[in-house]
This record gives sequence, C-alpha cells and structure tokens, in this order.
Amino acid sequence: MLTTEEIREIESEAAHYPKREAVSIDALKIVQKHRGWVSDESLRDIAEHIGMSPTDLDSIATFYNLIYRRPVGRHVISVCDSVSCWIMGCEQTREHLQQRLGVGLGETTADNRFTLLPTVCLGCCDHAPALMVDGDLHTDLDPQKIDKELENYK
Amino acid sequence: MTGSTDKPLTGNVPRDGSALGLPAYEQAGGYQAIRKVLTGGMTPKAVIEDVKNANLRGRGGAGFPTGVKWSFVPVGKDAPNPTYLVINADEMEPGTFKDRFLLERNPHQLIEGAIIASFAIEADIAYIFLRGEYTLAAERLTRAIAEAYERHYLGRNILGSGYHLELHLHLSAGRYICGDETGLLNALEGKRANPRAKPPFPVVVGLFGKPTVVNNVETISCVPHIINNGAAWFHGLSRTKDGGTKLYGVSGKVKWPGLWELPMGTPAREILEEHAGGMRDGLKFRGLLPGGSSTPFIVEEHLDTPMDFTEMPKAGSRLGTGTMIVLDDHTCPVGMAWNMTKFFARESCGFCTPCWSGLGWAERILRSLEYGHGKSGDLDKLASQAKMWSPGNTFCALAPGAADPLETAMKYFRADFERHIAEHRCPWR
Repeated sequence: MLTTEEIREIESEAAHYPKREAVSIDALKIVQKHRGWVSDESLRDIAEHIGMSPTDLDSIATFYNLIYRRPVGRHVISVCDSVSCWIMGCEQTREHLQQRLGVGLGETTADNRFTLLPTVCLGCCDHAPALMVDGDLHTDLDPQKIDKELENYK
Repeated sequence: MTGSTDKPLTGNVPRDGSALGLPAYEQAGGYQAIRKVLTGGMTPKAVIEDVKNANLRGRGGAGFPTGVKWSFVPVGKDAPNPTYLVINADEMEPGTFKDRFLLERNPHQLIEGAIIASFAIEADIAYIFLRGEYTLAAERLTRAIAEAYERHYLGRNILGSGYHLELHLHLSAGRYICGDETGLLNALEGKRANPRAKPPFPVVVGLFGKPTVVNNVETISCVPHIINNGAAWFHGLSRTKDGGTKLYGVSGKVKWPGLWELPMGTPAREILEEHAGGMRDGLKFRGLLPGGSSTPFIVEEHLDTPMDFTEMPKAGSRLGTGTMIVLDDHTCPVGMAWNMTKFFARESCGFCTPCWSGLGWAERILRSLEYGHGKSGDLDKLASQAKMWSPGNTFCALAPGAADPLETAMKYFRADFERHIAEHRCPWR
C-alpha cells in the first residue's frame, strides 16, 4: 500500500505532465525516498496507482541507475569510474573502499551501514577522483580523506 | 546582463561557490532581456533572427545552429499544439563539468534564457531535464524557479505581456543515454530512454508527439546576452566565425585542472598551458580528447587549432563539449581506451545490434590486451568492430561516439597497443 504522503507527492508531480504514465520515474523515486528501495510489492502498488502493468514499470525501474530494486544500506556510496577519475586513480579509491568496508561492488556491509556501487561521470572532473555518498559529493579523494569523510555517515 | 564583461556567462558569479542570487542577478541587468522581448514589442521571429545572426551553435556538443533549429518549429493557426521547450541538463559525458557550473552558480540566467527561447518557439510549457546526481543544482534551481514565479517572470501573463509559461524541473534517475535528445524525450515521458529513429525530428514530432526544441544549458544561458547586446557584440566575443564565448575545461594530470569561460576558438595549447598550467612536473603530454570521451583524440601537432565547431574537424576531431581530457605519458592509452569502451558498453540502451553486441565484444578484447592476453589479429578485430559503429548503423550517436576515441587511440598510440601484445603485459602496470 502506498502511503497518503507518497500518493500526495506522486500526484503533485503527475500534475506537470499531460499523460499519467509520464510520472512513472518520479513515482519510483518518491517511493524509494521513503522506503530506501523499490520492492516487488512497492512496484506493484505504484503500477496499479498510475495505471501501468507491473512488467512495464519494472522494465523502466531496472533501466535507470538510481532506482534500487534490491535493498541497500543506510548510505549508498557511488564511486565514479569514468575516464577522468580513472586517470586520477579511481581504481585505487575503489580498492581502498572495498578493503575498508569488506564488500565488493553491488554489496552491502554486514552492519547495513554502506552499499558500494560504481557510477558514471559525476561531472566534477577537475576535482577527480570523486564519489557520492547519498546526495553529497566528495572530491579530490585519497584514502585518508575517504576514511575521514565516511565518519560523517553513521 | 551587461555586455561590459568579456565573460557574460560567468563574469558576475560569486567567487565563494554560492549562486548568483536574484537581487544580484537583477542588479547586473538580469531579466532585462525578457522585458525587451515581452514588453518591448519583439516578435518571436525577431528573436529567432537575433539568435541566428549571432551564430549561436549548440553547446551540448553537436554544434547545430540554435536559431535555425528554432525556425524549424511549425507555428501559426494550423500548427500542432502545444509546443515544448526542453533544456538538456543531463550532463553525463565523461570528462564534462561545464553545465554543472552554470546550473549551480547562475540559475536565473538559465531561467531567463528559457523564457526567451520558449517565447521564440511559441511554447507555453518548458521542462528542465536535470540528472538526478546534481543535487546541489536541483536545490538551487528549485529555489530560483520559485523566485521567478513570485516575481511574475514565470506563470500566467508574464510582466503583463499576455504571454504564459510554466517551467518544470524534472529530476532524472540516471542513465547516460538520457543525454541523447530523443532518449531524453522518452525518459521525460516516463519510458526507457531508448533513442528514437529520425526523421521525424523532435522539432516536428517530439515530447508527447508535439513539436519540441531540445537545447543544452550553456546554449540557453547565452540567449539573454544576445538579446541585450546584439548579434554583432556576440560575434565580437569570439575569435572565430562561431559566435560567443565557450566554457572550456581541463581534467587529467595537469597542474591546475579547471573550467574557464574564454573566447570561442581559443586553441587547446593556450588553454592547456596558460590556464591549466601545463603538465604536472615529470609528466609529458601525449594527447587529449577535446570535448568529452566521445570526441576523437588530437595530439601535439593539432594543439594550435582553434577549438570551435568549424575548425576542430580539420584536425580530425570535434569540439564536443569543450571540456578536454588529457593523456600523459605515465598513463596507459590502452587502459584509457578500455575504460571508455567499458563505459559505452555499460551505458548502451541495448537497442541497436552494432552497439549492444559490438561494444561488449570490443570491451572484452581491450580487457584481454590490458591483462596481457592479447593476440595478433585483435587490433584488426577492434578496427572492424569500430567501423560497424559508424553513423547510420545505429539510431543514436552513442556507438559512433565510442568509435571515435578508440579508432584515434589505435591510430596515434599504435605502438603501445602492439607492445601489449608482444610483451604479454601492460607496460604501465
């Protein structure tokens, strides 16, 4: 069941488009914002609410990088692996994170604190290497700086 | 905005990282251009003529003349209704970080440009399609749009002119292919962002099947200045025939990576040496991608070519987004080609066969080269694959954009590719 708040937010976005299906991506993001990820049950509820088939909606949900169809940790670390960050050493950044957190890409730490994901260019290439934690950008990274900044995410 | 500065897009932006707020924007002449257009009696046609005469070319990378694109929109009594303006703020081309600056630091300039562009194409609805990862830009744009509504620059009967415009910010859910203009339209319609076959072009059949102009953030940001100061002034900013200034950027192992607004047509050597400070100590320059990871490499002999849409093809490349990625002699060109091909393979929407099948194959060959398992014949296979990604074999420019850096890497750094095979290892690892 979608909550009243979720429905209110979805309808407020839907008002900006002439066709109801156009709100599908906004709806997925709204539900994910409240629940952390989009479960099969949430997907079916959203599909029903906006009048789409669950299969069609899932083909959209699985297409976009920022929709999570599996549970994630309290914080999602997205490590840029595009070319400028690669030149500036993002492979070392990723290896450091994997060692420190004890997880591979696409995995969540045992304490459910962090999920580690790769991401495409974050558009701050003059301050590479870069990563995002949730909505926050972190740039000019080295292992010490990463360790320090991750302390802010409990 | 005033034309006194040679940096119209960025000259008034505060240096502390904050956005140019509404009062400061207005004080510097902001929102005068919409007054000139909406209450000063300009016709949509006159606006289009100004932008055509300025020779403003699309800053998303393709360089299509903006005024010409606008003039293709059907208008008049029998034209389809409504018409849409969509601003492509889905900056995701690897190595590109210019629109982020304009979105975060000068949001009202973009909004004013959007109002003028919408008026010119007789649109009453405009969307800003922003990539979801640009959270600070989203926050600042949301606030700026609300301020513009409060001041009656947006909404019903703007400044009493009788013109209406609704502007909505759409936050995307992340996928490189959304940057393709027809992929973007599908994403905005709530679908997978598979690009569409063209023709029909979006200016005739676009968003929700209606005429739609899709313009880049930097392109739209130029528009208020052209209206205020005229086409001749805009030409005067440039060193070449393509009008205006350009946001140029440098990333890679240079002394001072960064972003600068400079005259259109500034050569790469000047940007690299005077603005980015040259290579870091101990490193040598080998080549660069002039405007993101889908533009062909250029090397030392091309560095004096003016960086604009007209001249770069003469050096075998393209201006693209104007944000260059520099390859140094301590970085492996094969590894770099592998990284970019992997990116394109991962971001392919999966629709056209040369793209979804070929990119993955090429990525696996490049990986095996990089790990010392390359075989003779691999380079021929890569070359024949890249040929199949030519324009015309796919709906969109993703695969051709993957071919350009790979083919030129194999051309300029051939000996390095061959060394990987001969020595069964990457000499840089």
